[in-house]
Amino acid sequence: MDFRFDLIMDYAPLFLKGTLLTLGLSLAGIAIGTALGLAIGLGKMVKNKWLSLPFDLYITFFRGTPLFVQILLIHFGLVPLFTGKTEPVTAAILALSLNAAAYIAEIFRAGIQSIDKGQMEAARTLGMTHVQAMRHVILPQAFKRMIPPLGNEFIVLIKESSLAAVIAAPEIMYWGRAMQGQYFKVWEPYITVAVIYLVITLSLSFLLNRLERRLSTE
Amino acid sequence: MIKVSNLKKSFGTNEVLKNINAEIQPQEVVVVIGPSGSGKSTFLRCLNLLESVTDGHVYIEGVDLTDKSVNINKVRQNVGMVFQQFNLFPHKTVIENIVMAPVKVKKVDDEVALQKGLDLLRKVGLEDKADAYPDSLSGGQKQRVAIARALAMEPKIMLFDEPTSALDPEMVGEVLEVMKQLAKEGMTMVVVTHEMGFAREVGDRVIFMDGGYIVEENVPEELFTNPQQERTKSFLSKVL
Repeated sequence: MDFRFDLIMDYAPLFLKGTLLTLGLSLAGIAIGTALGLAIGLGKMVKNKWLSLPFDLYITFFRGTPLFVQILLIHFGLVPLFTGKTEPVTAAILALSLNAAAYIAEIFRAGIQSIDKGQMEAARTLGMTHVQAMRHVILPQAFKRMIPPLGNEFIVLIKESSLAAVIAAPEIMYWGRAMQGQYFKVWEPYITVAVIYLVITLSLSFLLNRLERRLSTE
Repeated sequence: MIKVSNLKKSFGTNEVLKNINAEIQPQEVVVVIGPSGSGKSTFLRCLNLLESVTDGHVYIEGVDLTDKSVNINKVRQNVGMVFQQFNLFPHKTVIENIVMAPVKVKKVDDEVALQKGLDLLRKVGLEDKADAYPDSLSGGQKQRVAIARALAMEPKIMLFDEPTSALDPEMVGEVLEVMKQLAKEGMTMVVVTHEMGFAREVGDRVIFMDGGYIVEENVPEELFTNPQQERTKSFLSKVL
């Protein structure tokens, strides 16, 4: 087996473009998924069963079905329904965000509920409203505990953005498959792709570790 | 200052407080004693509505807390509480714990709150710990910070829920000392405790609770040396 670095160099500009799109898809997914996840997580914590039901159903659907299926449904079904045509990047961002939101909602809920109820009581006896106590006492502590599971979820999201290749969103994996098709080579494209993903996910873990250490109070 | 009439509290079908009537005067130090499960902590937690009241009324300075239109947050600003488990905010330093509520709730100026906070820390003997995080403090120090935090809101009433029960024996004294000082300054206090020495020395009145009722109440000297009820006698014979 001779490993053709020159072919990888040929494809380097395309891999670079693909990497930028992967980063874009991931960042959009993380941002939208986190905002949506917080809202859904709070929604699911509402005591009234009928009010929390839609949030519950949302989480059940997006956690219980494969992301692959969700991407296809959104790409070929949902997006054309509204715009009249297929838009791979829009569909990919939408699918990744909606999917991540379901997991992130559960991370938020678990984080908030893991804070000792004495914290809420102490805040309330000082005269704080429920919202003030949440904002100044509960959420800052819960957020710290959410960092590791959120980090996991972000890493999963980055990797799963590779599924966007099947709807022809030109991210890293898309160019890997293109290169395989062009040169009938397997190792060169896919090892390159794997290394790029690894660099992205390792950088993210590094940043999250630093954040976690900075927030430590011990 | 505090008036409780026909207070009842149930958790599901379990009736914890059966019919409580009590009145507490300004500057009075009332100590509540009794076996575990007697309802004394629940009684205390009803005084600032940390527990919802099932039936009856709780008046703080004439305001009926069970009235739905009462702004409980406003009332709580005047009723400080200290917990067995301290419940300091671990993500904030000692001084941040103390100034948070005055600044966020009462909108006190930052600088004014800080000076007041440092004064309170001096009062509880912890001025050198202002910038420490709660996790680095001993139990006794944590509880003294918790008292300072409650005092920062300048409450008229202080509730203590077994403030020394989670402490190592050698740290009980330092916390009781702060509470004694507070009593001397004329703070109205309701203290749930197992510290009979404190009840005797500092209490103006002792309430003995059992089975969801107030069984007996009297000045400490009388209650401890000459209890009238059988139940009180048998409890005191075990703890004294």
